[in-house]
Amino acid sequence: MDSAFIIEKSVFIVVIFAITMIMAMYSTWAERKVAAYLQDRVGPNRAGWGGLLQPLADGMKLFAKEEFFPNTPNRFLFVVGPAIAMSTALMTSAVIPWGDKLHIFGRDVILQATDIDVSILYVFGIISIGVYGVMIGGWASNNKFSLMSSVRAASQMVSYEVAMGLAIIALLMMSGTLSLKEIAEQQSGFWKDGWFTWNVFSQPVGFLIFLVCAFAETNRTPFDLAECESELIGGYHTEYSSMKMGFYLFAEYANMFISSAILAVLYFGAYNYPGMQWMSDNVGVNAANILGIVVLFIKICFFIFFYMWVRWTIPRFRYDQLMHLGWKILIPLAIVNIMVTGVCILVFK
Amino acid sequence: MSPILITFYFLAAITLATAFLTIYSKNPIHSAIYLIICFFSIGGHYLLFNAQFLAIVHIIVYAGAIMVLMLFTIMLMNLNKEDEVHKPRITRLGAIVVFVVMSIVLVTIFINSKTIVGEYDTSGEDFQSIKKLGNVLLNEYMVPFEYASVLLLVAMIGTVLLSKKEKPGK
Repeated sequence: MDSAFIIEKSVFIVVIFAITMIMAMYSTWAERKVAAYLQDRVGPNRAGWGGLLQPLADGMKLFAKEEFFPNTPNRFLFVVGPAIAMSTALMTSAVIPWGDKLHIFGRDVILQATDIDVSILYVFGIISIGVYGVMIGGWASNNKFSLMSSVRAASQMVSYEVAMGLAIIALLMMSGTLSLKEIAEQQSGFWKDGWFTWNVFSQPVGFLIFLVCAFAETNRTPFDLAECESELIGGYHTEYSSMKMGFYLFAEYANMFISSAILAVLYFGAYNYPGMQWMSDNVGVNAANILGIVVLFIKICFFIFFYMWVRWTIPRFRYDQLMHLGWKILIPLAIVNIMVTGVCILVFK
Repeated sequence: MSPILITFYFLAAITLATAFLTIYSKNPIHSAIYLIICFFSIGGHYLLFNAQFLAIVHIIVYAGAIMVLMLFTIMLMNLNKEDEVHKPRITRLGAIVVFVVMSIVLVTIFINSKTIVGEYDTSGEDFQSIKKLGNVLLNEYMVPFEYASVLLLVAMIGTVLLSKKEKPGK
């Protein structure tokens, strides 16, 4: 392991961390702008041009606020809750392939922090421990509403993880690998052997199930029952103030960014775009791959916009409807999808 | 001491300390949280052997699923120290006897075992990738693998049956 490799990876990890943070910051701005547009308002427009400095102002405000601790016997766990939520939101970005390789200073730089051959399982592992942030925080608040909310959040996440995993299995059966990098490479080009290469065209049902589950896992409307304010005051972060509250909110937006990236990588061809091969043959490998990164970020931004679009269009479900959808509709649908995929693989391959 | 050995001692210390604290702490939620940390450090031990699949599946199954449900149950039941049922003397006596017998077995094993303190080194052989595991599981260990899945299915049906019976009005 040479030092150039370590420097390269360290720089890359810092860049990814910064990008995740900036995307999460500007998602809060975009969310208010989209909400304002959908409700025929102007939205934030005081701080900077078009309100572009609004996230910075919000951050300053949250840092300057009073640190309030509720009367709880578990002050340590109270602080650990938002920390877990934030760390798990950031950890998943390690295995996402952000682009094909770049050729810089005579070295091939692979645009992925690490390429382990179980990347999808790694993502699932991190998602499954993400629920601890909510559970521990909600319980340590020593408040009945927070506890109710964290119990809701936990049961919701556990239920939808099952459907999410089953939706992915159909995709894995087709790709034959668990590595996100290889799944991204398999979707290169746009048209091959008489069908689209992007997975969304061969796994439409799986994509829909995964999308719905991603909404549930990130706690976004219509599945944001964990913070249903008409029933639970503010949800699991009722007792939180200042930047600890900010961490919970921020983690939600970071999760949104990461899950959009995973949706784009798994189903929407990752960094591939039609004519990528032509670009790298005629214009240069670096130019083609940088365009690939831009394309990936356009796809991610589209999914983030989609999250917001849904949030301001569809009202919240009732809790029994949520459980009904998860266990009685999505899971059987995912199992049927697996069986159909299996039969198709047997017949066509 | 190589960095890997230092990591091993560090992880081993965390594993043993959290395992002890799991039993020792009075608050059930704290116990559960210590157990979660314990599972993570065991995952770290698997990673030291470069068994990535095993490490991640261990974390998904134990830390991600089982402990979430456990924590969930403890939170719902809201166990407190005051709620602790009074244990009869015979139970305590039984616990002590079992503990002593268990300790004797463990200590004997510890004394009689010939420990080989080896170094971690790379064998260069692929023993952990999913392709390898899949081949072994579905060829060599096909029958036990299928039995395990049947066992899980039976357990699942049993759980559904048990939870159905408790419905009021039936």
